[in-house]
Amino acid sequence: MIHLRHKLSRKDFVLDIDVQVPDIGITGVFGESGSGKTTLLRCIAGLDQEGGLPVHKRNIGYVFQKPGLFPHLTVRGNIEYGARRAATSRVDSASVIDMLGIGGLLDRKPDSLSGGEAQRVAIAAALLRSPDLVLMDEPLASLDGKRKDELLPYFDRLHDELSVPVIYVSHDIEEISRLCDHLVLLDDGKVVASGGLLDVVSRVDVPVLSGRNAGVVLWATPVDHEDGLTKFDFGDGDIWVAGKFEASKSPLRLRIAANDVSITRDRPASTTILNILRATVEEVRSVDTAIALVRLGAGNQDLLARVTNRSVRRLGLKPGDRVFAQVKSVTVRH
Amino acid sequence: MNIFGPMWLSVQLALVTTLVLVLIGTPIAWWLSQTKLKLKPAVQAIVAMPIVLPPTVLGFYLLILLGPDGAIGSWWVQLTGSALTFSFTGLVVASCVYSLPFAVQPMQNAFESLPKQHLERAWTLGASRLDAFFSVAVPLSVRGFVSGIVLSFAHTLGEFGVVLMVGGNIPGETRVVSIAIYDHVESLNYAAAHQMSLLLIGFAFVVLAAMFVINRRWSEG
Repeated sequence: MIHLRHKLSRKDFVLDIDVQVPDIGITGVFGESGSGKTTLLRCIAGLDQEGGLPVHKRNIGYVFQKPGLFPHLTVRGNIEYGARRAATSRVDSASVIDMLGIGGLLDRKPDSLSGGEAQRVAIAAALLRSPDLVLMDEPLASLDGKRKDELLPYFDRLHDELSVPVIYVSHDIEEISRLCDHLVLLDDGKVVASGGLLDVVSRVDVPVLSGRNAGVVLWATPVDHEDGLTKFDFGDGDIWVAGKFEASKSPLRLRIAANDVSITRDRPASTTILNILRATVEEVRSVDTAIALVRLGAGNQDLLARVTNRSVRRLGLKPGDRVFAQVKSVTVRH
Repeated sequence: MNIFGPMWLSVQLALVTTLVLVLIGTPIAWWLSQTKLKLKPAVQAIVAMPIVLPPTVLGFYLLILLGPDGAIGSWWVQLTGSALTFSFTGLVVASCVYSLPFAVQPMQNAFESLPKQHLERAWTLGASRLDAFFSVAVPLSVRGFVSGIVLSFAHTLGEFGVVLMVGGNIPGETRVVSIAIYDHVESLNYAAAHQMSLLLIGFAFVVLAAMFVINRRWSEG
């Protein structure tokens, strides 16, 4: 485990963090703007405090929101900058270059790269420093939707092939749900929840995750294709998702937003919604005057539904009730 | 010899002054570009003062300071046995003070326009502060260095008032080209004054034009 303990006081902001995160995999740090995510990363790196161990001795890789490559060096010069200054060389540069697909860019100058290419080079530079910990500060936030989609598969590869732990800051819960294994929720400079991603996101008692960010992450195995859809085995039922995903033995990560789940007492006879799952109400929590979050058990996994308090009263929903969950949309990490 | 002696002395003075100014101006410019201290405007004002003060005022106080009874001058006499005033060394000291803003300001501007993130990235990639300064800040501030060097060189070459006050008019020691021109005009030797003046005009034009060409090349990448 990595123990993060940081305190910092500013005029109108106090950061007070004391949390343990795993020393493998990607730990997401999620929070709204101003919750202290970036400040936390800068504290870990030593960029925001006088005294303490100087930044260059901390052996930490830092990927900034904007790539910020050195314009006077080529791509090769940029990725060698950290490698030449590394105390030990535990990372094979050829495999990192291959993993990030930047082999063809090595002799280019940074100003000729697209945003996504530049960010991949910046990540390679940080990795080749052979860091003990990599910090990523919203590395996708400066890219538009299309570029982001291009870059995401590289992060998946990093996740699968990299042995160094990563702390990944983002205000995009979709991104976090896709990439991270562990999740730390920040609010106003403090940790409000921390734990395995699947556990934390299915909680209904965390205000940060009660709004449009509410939703669960679950694992399901693609088993069949039909009509341009893929059938995922979901234990107690199937989930159909638009798009073709290769059938495999290993499950894929799905995200179902709480806004996309509705609840009925009886199985609807005719509806456009494909995915109707048997479920049991486990917890109902009103998050404001109008809205409630309902945690449902479906198969051996959890779902969250974001519904109105009025509907909860109308249907008389209470823990233990057998209901049907209608799932309107699912995103898959592929 | 009559023309080129003073000219050569001026070039020597300008070269030595520029070298010294790069060495002491760079840390000053870097400090000014990075500091958040409240002291910064005061230091900036002191550095910039030679731009607005009449050279005679500057020369007057330098004469007192560098003279055998002055704070620096007396120390120099103890150290070397000779006076600073009316010597080439004294001229170098005076020129450095006089041209300091012309070296510091372009460098400071270049350092200030450097994105902070470049330095922070360099540190996180394992570079110490000094290492990051030389491997990132300096190469990205070449334009500032070129401007600072050219301007302090040219400005030193053109100085008159301070030299007259501190250095006087000793051939081969302090008789630089601007003083020599003044001398020739005083003695109505217009031909010699013309020769030196035209040489200086041509030189100033070539140097400044070269600097602007270099800067344009740079900005076009």
